[in-house]
Amino acid sequence: MTLEVISTGPMLSIQDQGRSGLRHFGVSAAGPMDAPSLALANALCGNSTTAAGLEFAGVGGRFRADHPIHFAVTGGDCEIKVGDRLRPTRECHRLEPGEDLQIGFLRGATWGYLAIAGGIDVPEVLNARATHLRFGLGGHEGRVLKAGDRLPLGPPPEEQTCLRALPSMSGSSHRDGPIRIVLGPQDGYFSDYVKARLTEEAFTITPKRDRMATVLEGPPLPAERGHDIVSDGTIAGAIQVPGSGQPMVLMAEAQTTGGYPKIATVISSDLPRLAQMVTGTQFRFAVVDRDAAEEIAIEEAARLDRMLRNLAVKADRVLSSDYLLSCDLIGGFSCPEQITGDD
Amino acid sequence: MKPTFHPLGDRALVVEFSEEVDVAANDHVIALGASFQATPVSGVTEVVPTYRSLQILYDPIQLRGAALEAEIRSRLTSIELTERPARRWRVPVAYGGEIGLDLEELAEMKGMTTAELIELHSSAEYRVFMIGFAPGFAYLGGVPKALHTPRLPQPRQAIPAGAIGLGGQQASINSVPGPSGWRFLGWTPWRAFDPNRPRPFLFEAGDRVKFMPVSIEEAREIAKRIAAGEDIARPDDTP
Repeated sequence: MTLEVISTGPMLSIQDQGRSGLRHFGVSAAGPMDAPSLALANALCGNSTTAAGLEFAGVGGRFRADHPIHFAVTGGDCEIKVGDRLRPTRECHRLEPGEDLQIGFLRGATWGYLAIAGGIDVPEVLNARATHLRFGLGGHEGRVLKAGDRLPLGPPPEEQTCLRALPSMSGSSHRDGPIRIVLGPQDGYFSDYVKARLTEEAFTITPKRDRMATVLEGPPLPAERGHDIVSDGTIAGAIQVPGSGQPMVLMAEAQTTGGYPKIATVISSDLPRLAQMVTGTQFRFAVVDRDAAEEIAIEEAARLDRMLRNLAVKADRVLSSDYLLSCDLIGGFSCPEQITGDD
Repeated sequence: MKPTFHPLGDRALVVEFSEEVDVAANDHVIALGASFQATPVSGVTEVVPTYRSLQILYDPIQLRGAALEAEIRSRLTSIELTERPARRWRVPVAYGGEIGLDLEELAEMKGMTTAELIELHSSAEYRVFMIGFAPGFAYLGGVPKALHTPRLPQPRQAIPAGAIGLGGQQASINSVPGPSGWRFLGWTPWRAFDPNRPRPFLFEAGDRVKFMPVSIEEAREIAKRIAAGEDIARPDDTP
């Protein structure tokens, strides 16, 4: 089974949860910019959370499969068409072989996810399928996908579930508030006056952004102890301040060590929200202490888990004769779209 | 040596032994890191040695930062620093040539012949302070003072893997092709990083490295054997 990319934007890549345990060898995790959205896309079509899907920036593209497949799109609102029929995001749909799946521009979001039941079945490289674009590792030939690429699909789950997220369901309980940060590890390089600017003034997402880092525009943040440190470890969410005084937030593919002071770190629960902000968005930071940030991480993990376990089975409609026939041929089908013949 | 603790968000802790490049601090970093391999702590997901601090990643659902700090404090009282056996590597280098494009200019800058420069560079023993920047990229300390060299004002775009570099007070064995503002003296046929090998990464923090001059023909022969799958890039037998 394969999925063919007919056309796409400039930034479509295969991502799973990313690589763990290799930072001491200089390999950062990569993986999705918005992990809860990829987890949701996978759950909607019955995949495990470790399955690989596609991540796109801005615009999805056009796809075709050589077998019937089930898929879901998450990350933000966008127009999805199966053939010429519109389909909502955040639910599972069926695509017949030869039909076109079109995924348009995201509205109010930056990163979108397309999961296919069974997952994208490229070989693992260093224990993950995630594409590390900077070093050309994993994914499909270690690169962004382009028209004509054919991606192998894994076997779909034995019982294809077809789920949808309710509009009220969200992976985060804190959708509009400030982006929360924990100060450090090099907050001591900055005066109290400069640290106060970090929360008292607004910052803007600039177009200088990719899977490695997001450069912010805002008040300058000069480091009184200088902008060079002997390199130490970094992590996604760390806010580095180079000599320009313009901070950059490190993202999924950032290098593992760096020589700029890190004034603070975006808490793990708010990093996907920062990643999803469209270019030009203004926002504020708010400081929380580490203990509070850990409490939030624990609550948000439980919240996401509850959400993924409580997805709604798509409503039954009139049983189609196709479905009744399929009952005799294939056991264990539980996808309502099969039942209703709607898709 | 008493470290300071610095949170790096809600999933990582920095245990800092020094703000400078310091062999004693790096010894502590590596010893503390090794203690997590010998006696793992549930909830610790990754341990990353750097020049002067140990970065510890954890899952706050299983382990809180404050509890991790307490665990490290108690570990530090019992850590053995003395005579840890380090792996020693003798890395073959073809000096000069297309990749070691800065050899002659550097010799001239230092008022040496290229032979003297090669002798100095290959007689020192280097320490792998950390792996970072790129997969398998080894930051080497222990560069003889006479070889300390400022970086280029403009980075070059395409430095190949295996290039042997000097940048400031540091030396490198480049692991992946890419841009670099360092100066390059030669090329090793060894691959510090190869994702298709059973052990994809050659070096790790704490290793010791010496460079062994070989001719370009010898280097190419070694490259051929490695490409054919021979596992010849190995450390010396450790005691």
